[in-house]
Amino acid sequence: MSEIDLVRDLERMEAEALEAIRNASSLAALEEARIAWLGRREGRLTAILRRLGELSPEERPRVGAAANRVKTAISELLEARAAELSSTQEVVTEDLTLPARSTWVGARHPVTLIIDEICSIFRSMGFVRVRGPEAETDWYNFTALNTPLDHPAADMHDTFYLADGILLRSHTSPVQVRTMQAYRPPIRIIAPGMCYRRDPFDPSHAPAFEQIEGLVVDEGISFVDLKATLTEFARRLFGPRTAVRFRPSFFPFTEPSAEVDVSCTICGGQGCPTCKGTGWLEIMGAGMVDPAVFESVGYDPERYTGWAFGMGPARIAMLRYGIPDIRLLYESDVRFLEQFA
Amino acid sequence: MNISYKWLKELAPGITDSPERAAERLAMYGAPVDAIVPLGAALRDIVVARVEAVRPHPGADRLSLCEVNAGGERLQVVCGAPNVRAGAYYPFAPVGAELPGGVRIRKAKIRGEFSEGMLCSERELGIGRDHTGILELHGAFTPGEPFASAVGLDDVRLEIDVTANRPDLLSHWGVARELAPGGEAGLRLPAVPGSAVPPLLEEVRFRRVAREGQTGGVAVAIEDPRGCPRYLGAVIRGVKVGPSPEWLASRLRAVGLRPVNNVVDATNYVLYELGQPLHAFDLDRLAGPRIAARLAAPGETIVTLDGERRTLYEDMVVIADAERPVAIAGVMGGEDTEVTEATRNVFLECALFDSRAIRRTRRALGMHTDASDRFERGVDLEGPERAARRALALILAVAGGTVEPEAVDVYPEPRELPVVGIRPQRASLVLGQPFDAATITGYLEPLGYTRVSESADEIRFRVPGHRVHDTTREIDLIEEVARRHGYDVFPAELKAFRLGTVPEDPLALLEDRLRTLLVGRGLLEARTAAFAPEDEGDVALLLPLSAAESRLRRALVPGLLHRVEHNFSRGVKHIRLFEIGTVFAPGPTPQDLPVEATHLAGVLTGARTPPHWSGESAAFDVWDLKALLMDLAAALGLGDGAVQPGAGAEDGAPASAAYVPGLTFHLMGPDGQPVGRGGRVAPHAIDAPAWADPVWAFEVRLDPAMSQPTMPRFRALPAFPATERDVALLVPDGVPAARVEAVVRAAGGPLLEDVRAFDVFRGRAVPAGFRSIAFRLRFRAPDRTLRDDEADGATERVLRRLKDELGIERRS
Repeated sequence: MSEIDLVRDLERMEAEALEAIRNASSLAALEEARIAWLGRREGRLTAILRRLGELSPEERPRVGAAANRVKTAISELLEARAAELSSTQEVVTEDLTLPARSTWVGARHPVTLIIDEICSIFRSMGFVRVRGPEAETDWYNFTALNTPLDHPAADMHDTFYLADGILLRSHTSPVQVRTMQAYRPPIRIIAPGMCYRRDPFDPSHAPAFEQIEGLVVDEGISFVDLKATLTEFARRLFGPRTAVRFRPSFFPFTEPSAEVDVSCTICGGQGCPTCKGTGWLEIMGAGMVDPAVFESVGYDPERYTGWAFGMGPARIAMLRYGIPDIRLLYESDVRFLEQFA
Repeated sequence: MNISYKWLKELAPGITDSPERAAERLAMYGAPVDAIVPLGAALRDIVVARVEAVRPHPGADRLSLCEVNAGGERLQVVCGAPNVRAGAYYPFAPVGAELPGGVRIRKAKIRGEFSEGMLCSERELGIGRDHTGILELHGAFTPGEPFASAVGLDDVRLEIDVTANRPDLLSHWGVARELAPGGEAGLRLPAVPGSAVPPLLEEVRFRRVAREGQTGGVAVAIEDPRGCPRYLGAVIRGVKVGPSPEWLASRLRAVGLRPVNNVVDATNYVLYELGQPLHAFDLDRLAGPRIAARLAAPGETIVTLDGERRTLYEDMVVIADAERPVAIAGVMGGEDTEVTEATRNVFLECALFDSRAIRRTRRALGMHTDASDRFERGVDLEGPERAARRALALILAVAGGTVEPEAVDVYPEPRELPVVGIRPQRASLVLGQPFDAATITGYLEPLGYTRVSESADEIRFRVPGHRVHDTTREIDLIEEVARRHGYDVFPAELKAFRLGTVPEDPLALLEDRLRTLLVGRGLLEARTAAFAPEDEGDVALLLPLSAAESRLRRALVPGLLHRVEHNFSRGVKHIRLFEIGTVFAPGPTPQDLPVEATHLAGVLTGARTPPHWSGESAAFDVWDLKALLMDLAAALGLGDGAVQPGAGAEDGAPASAAYVPGLTFHLMGPDGQPVGRGGRVAPHAIDAPAWADPVWAFEVRLDPAMSQPTMPRFRALPAFPATERDVALLVPDGVPAARVEAVVRAAGGPLLEDVRAFDVFRGRAVPAGFRSIAFRLRFRAPDRTLRDDEADGATERVLRRLKDELGIERRS
């Protein structure tokens, strides 16, 4: 037996082994092939390695190296083929189309989602979030806001009174007054909170509802600032292509006052039942702070100007999520709340 | 406010806008149009027909057979109206016509007689409510001519939303002033159709008196100048009261009014045209004859035009004759003195009433009329005389008669029109772009403001009578400038701003973290109204909507339990709700504001995980609640050990619901006082169906001081392996597990890294009165691998201490 014979044997064996392994069609057949070539007792490669001793000391390392190379090649192919076979041949015992094991989903209330989104837009424009009491005096709710107490809004039938002169705030605007009393300009706040009006529940009214107030006061604040900031806000909330319209309106505590409309989020301004065919949706009231309000908090109206707004996040939630009846928001039906997870 | 588009264009011929464009412009001037209603379009198939002859229907007593001339050959029409008569004109829907509302007219056989069309009532045409008979038309018509144009209903109605500050827009004149090119200068009063009477009756002289005067033998007095600052009276004799001509009746229909008779219609016409309410009395029914504006006497009553007897109070202003009230001033006239077909002589009232007095009166009486609506908001201070002349002209034109040449104008304290200044520089500053004096004047003059002076830095304007109610200060003029300039014309250019001085609300940040926590634990956020029934609140509402909403809640859990019941009633079994909201306690005295606090509460019932085919899911139990409370304690920075078993009775914690004794927890605040409670809701505290699982609830008072999140602090990861020892202990029932654990920790020494109860067992091999609690003790040294004998030694020390201190033995 010469070195050359052995090497030729090795090469032939390698070709045969590789082909046999490639042709093994099951893990069992593959195991048979492994035993046939690499088996400790009967393996053909093992047999050749045993015969290395017959070679001369010079030949032995060279043939040994060749044998090892063949062994490695066979082993690698065995492994690869085994992986192939096991991935295609493993027996499926589970019906994976059955439902998964889930956990309960939690969710913020849809109105909270809107409040959060609105607050985060205003925060990015330098506003900070504040709060005020829900029970107020009529001074904070009406008088300080340039609304005389014989104004229709101050009537017992429209506002909830707790005692003479004490009421549940009918809007978040008293927070403007409390903030200005406590701090000096510049002021840049946003104040979400609950308000109360004596409207029984119906599809579009709730006796308790959320409102978001905003107030900016500094020297040199103008109507252009109001328009610019609220336009930017509306585009961030409703989308960059939203058209924003400012219309003259009336609130006792702002002048000039504006109603802010956005192009209808449903029809894009073409006219549909949601926008009553007008193409516009009213989203908030706003205006320049009335000088009388500054006077009631001790600010000099000649030195400071400002603007304020108020909007109803429940209404925006209804528009955004297509909720047809405001009562759904406050009934706490689990099947409703889960839709906002 | 309903506006007839034709009327508007008649007052302002310069308006060339389409109704849609006019509506857009009005919206941008601050008076959005809620609806644009084409009146004529729905009437396109209706024609005017003359009934030539009427004879009874042979087969039905209540029906008549009419011979109808609708411009072509004579038609036979069956009519059921009692008022049909030969020679009169009616709206007629021929065969094939479609009525407003979609009904199509077909040739029909009614009780054996053919009917080739329909004579129509107001209601069938959608132009009024009357359906007692068909609509008889008054005037000259050609049979077959289109009905809408014949009567002037080829019109469009604009329904305008007028804000409280703009009473001047409650008239066609006022709306036309906004839209007309040139404003006020572009307006004119048209002549009365079909009459030689001029638009305004100039030949009457209104004699100004201070307190009391007379006209045509009627004494006219103001006894309450506060409630009635001005009263104009005129007398017309020899009127012929009857139906209005169609142009007038249809005008009123176009704005949604019901025609009554020519005299009353003329006053209503002026109200809608100029915004000044007027009232016509039957002069012969006025006792005295005398008219006085005075306060009502206690106990006086009046039957108003709507047939209601109303009791008056002393603070109400009335118009009285020599004996009794004949009208509630500015609200509604009395039935006794109403102008009817029998009326020959008329006393016409054109007055100003105090807006507050009118509001008070009409609210107290629960009334709301076109007149009160205008007086309440304020009518043109300068308008009454012109309105009276206009009404007199109309009455003469449509009802005939002669006017007493000297009428009376009682005006105790004539008011000067106010003068208000505006500084262009200030207007520019507030509005954010420059406005000069010429621009400002150009915006204000067409609206009726008169420039009285101009200095270097200020222009002064006299406010017109129709704007005195909302223009008293410079800012009001600035608003007017912005409005006429157009809000849409201002740039929307963002500018740099200064940060404010107000700090962020710390509670809002805490609330946000808690929401994130609870949502992550699978809870759904609820928002409930703060109203509660009497037993769930301590702060009462004066005028609640219902008994169940008569208080403000003292806690959130009861409201959430009502929400659980609501879900149960809809068959929902698995419920996880939380709410963050305000609760109310009475203030120190009833004159103080209630004390408010922000609470967080939650309720859990049903399966702990969604039902799954692989096995039964257990219901929420006390350990789920405890876990939630511990998570909350951590989020609130309350520290270890904040969750304590509670006594279950009222114990000073924010009480919310009755809990099952022995299944409650306290959440302890930093000062050792409970800030919250949780537990299993007692079965009597909730209305639950038989299939419901136990209900768990909790409530915590939030405090801004809790809102500092604890900063994580890095600890080195262990470098050497731990050794664990398990010990099962026989613990007497009276000894809490927490106490055993505390002793274990204290005795374990520095090598004891962790102690965890991993099994609790009762029964076989455990004596009665004991339970077996198995703890796993984990020992570790920071600097080396522990030897077994070190862990054994430490465990022995623990067992010795347990025996010494608590008498607890290891279970063998």
